Amino acid sequence: MRSALRWGVVALGSAAGFALWRRSSGKGRERVELYFSDGSMVSFPEDSTEAARLIPLAHQILTDARG
Amino acid sequence: MDAAQALADLTEISTQIQAALIADEKGAVLASTFADDATAGKAARSALDLLAAAEDAGRNGTVRLTQVLAATRDGSVFLVRGEERIATAITGPEPTVGLVFYDLKTCLRLSAEQPEKAKQSRSKKEGEGESIDA
Repeated sequence: MRSALRWGVVALGSAAGFALWRRSSGKGRERVELYFSDGSMVSFPEDSTEAARLIPLAHQILTDARG
Repeated sequence: MDAAQALADLTEISTQIQAALIADEKGAVLASTFADDATAGKAARSALDLLAAAEDAGRNGTVRLTQVLAATRDGSVFLVRGEERIATAITGPEPTVGLVFYDLKTCLRLSAEQPEKAKQSRSKKEGEGESIDA
């Protein structure tokens, strides 16, 4: 019983750690990156107003492409 | 090289690219790997909408916007803008961004080259390949 509980705590801790790592590394998050002719780049995270406008257009293209 | 050949080369080289198209800046599709012309035309118009919206969101035209990446959980949309054409590609989630942009830019450049120039470019690359192999 105690062993099962211990493994359960380890599993929960691992899952929480993985979720935190993904969140901090930006993986799995939606974003938009704009690149300009002078070599500069602007990145808009998914909770920005710019991404809120641009991401639905990207979804439209993905939907068009995949039918 | 014509646009269709450039796209064929692109999809052969890049395993990450699921579909791609080349269009002019008015939305006329020059070549695509999409299932049919209607779908490609719709995607080209959506890509131009994305480009226009990105320009608004960017630097208000003070510096020319040349590339756009929109990364979603379902996949990513890449857009490269040339002088008179755009190239758009879609991939799965979390692609190798730099590599896809490089391949797409090469595709767009080759599609715009005159046949004789493209032939010279290919010959030069083949020559370089031989010297590496030797």
